[in-house]
Amino acid sequence: MAEHIVSSYDNDLQGLRQRISEMGGIAEKMLVDSIAALVRHDKGLAQNVVASDKRLDILQREVEESAILTIARRQPLAVDLRETISAIRISGDVERIGDMAKNIGKRALAIGDDFQPQKIVVGLQHMGDLVLGQLKDVLDAYAQKDTAKALDVWRRDGAIDALYTSLFRELLTYMMEDPRNISFCTHLLFCAKNIERIGDHTTNIAETVHYLVTGETLAIDRPKNDRSIDASIPSGA
Amino acid sequence: MSTIALNTSSAIGNAAAADAGAPVRIAVRNLNFYYGDFRSLKDISLDFYDRQVTALIGPSGCGKSTLLRTFNRIYSLYPEQRADGEILLDGQNILSPSIDVNELRARVGMVFQKPTPFPMSIYDNIAFGIKLYERLSKAELDGRVEEALRKAALWDEVKDKLRQSGMGLSGGQQQRLCIARTIAQRPEVILLDEPTSALDPISTGKIEELIEQLRSEFTIVIVTHNMQQAARISQFTAFMYLGELVEFGPTTKMFMNPSKKQTQDYITGRFG
Repeated sequence: MAEHIVSSYDNDLQGLRQRISEMGGIAEKMLVDSIAALVRHDKGLAQNVVASDKRLDILQREVEESAILTIARRQPLAVDLRETISAIRISGDVERIGDMAKNIGKRALAIGDDFQPQKIVVGLQHMGDLVLGQLKDVLDAYAQKDTAKALDVWRRDGAIDALYTSLFRELLTYMMEDPRNISFCTHLLFCAKNIERIGDHTTNIAETVHYLVTGETLAIDRPKNDRSIDASIPSGA
Repeated sequence: MSTIALNTSSAIGNAAAADAGAPVRIAVRNLNFYYGDFRSLKDISLDFYDRQVTALIGPSGCGKSTLLRTFNRIYSLYPEQRADGEILLDGQNILSPSIDVNELRARVGMVFQKPTPFPMSIYDNIAFGIKLYERLSKAELDGRVEEALRKAALWDEVKDKLRQSGMGLSGGQQQRLCIARTIAQRPEVILLDEPTSALDPISTGKIEELIEQLRSEFTIVIVTHNMQQAARISQFTAFMYLGELVEFGPTTKMFMNPSKKQTQDYITGRFG
């Protein structure tokens, strides 16, 4: 894209991109660390995750303020307007991703050394890996303005939903087996839900990237595979 | 799912959505224009829709004012200027030699960049144009003057000083007086050549509000260098460059997601 006649305009937009890129890096690390803390019972790591969220919140506020100033000062149009609006939206999604990773960190602290069934932990780790891949790809798609890559992320979210549904059922079974499992299973269920929600935010970002690049919104419904709503405790159990 | 619905009716400003179903009022076909040997419009074909505001945008010298000036053949005041091709106003080619230019100019009114009140009273500024074409009684003429001033949103400000000179009004009032003078002839089309470029923001706002209202009765074509103004008040936008029509479309599309790179570069300030 050619440069603006007014070069400080380019600096404004570049500043938005840089902050979002920094936010993306922090969110990725928070996600990785929160799951590692959960799996390895690493309290120090969990505390780090909780602490990192602050920086994300500050950056999000900066993006918002700077985007609003850009609108007021320059009245952006076409691709510039889409870039500015997209920055506000993506920073909001990344900030929420940080909140969810932070929540996983807090739950890792709460669970402590309680028994964790290996199968569930492996499932969570796998879900986390999938979502991390999604997050990395969608941030790349944003940085490279690559709508094909964004669409790919958007389509892949169904796999995460499916995994979440199966973890949900599994945790339900543990809870039915022994009420003493309910406490840590509930924490793990919320962790799984957090990871699944992070996946949803990556698809939001994918939609925003598509809008940013093409100027068009994705109208069709995203493929969803979260069937946990249908799962229930069998009657008589 | 959080998507901004690109609702064309509200995507930009408060301008009403483009009505692509509106009938074509002016159809330009293969129009070329020459200043002497210089060809300043190159094979322009473009439709202007009834009761819609169409903005012509583009850098200086792109031909937008020239195009505007062909619609009432004001260029024919200058012998070295000529046009070929067709401009169909309600199906009738106004470039045809058989067209009565005076009648054409009553049908197609024009307002210029700088307010051009006549050095006469506010009342006479408006009555003058009417009297050129119609014989009216004093009462009828009074009615027409008031009607025009009301439609130009100037009546309340001048009703008590109609006999004072039009030159004594502020710039914004003078411009609305010129619009009133144009409206008084009951034209079909109003051409506006950068009507607010010499005005302060409040006067500009009043003119923009006026254009919005006049749209219910007139087909309006406006040349403007102010992108945001074009985005605010027009339903259709045409981008011209070096005498050619680069892109034409609904204003929301042109300012949110233009098809051509040249258009995007221009409206986002990347040109040159």
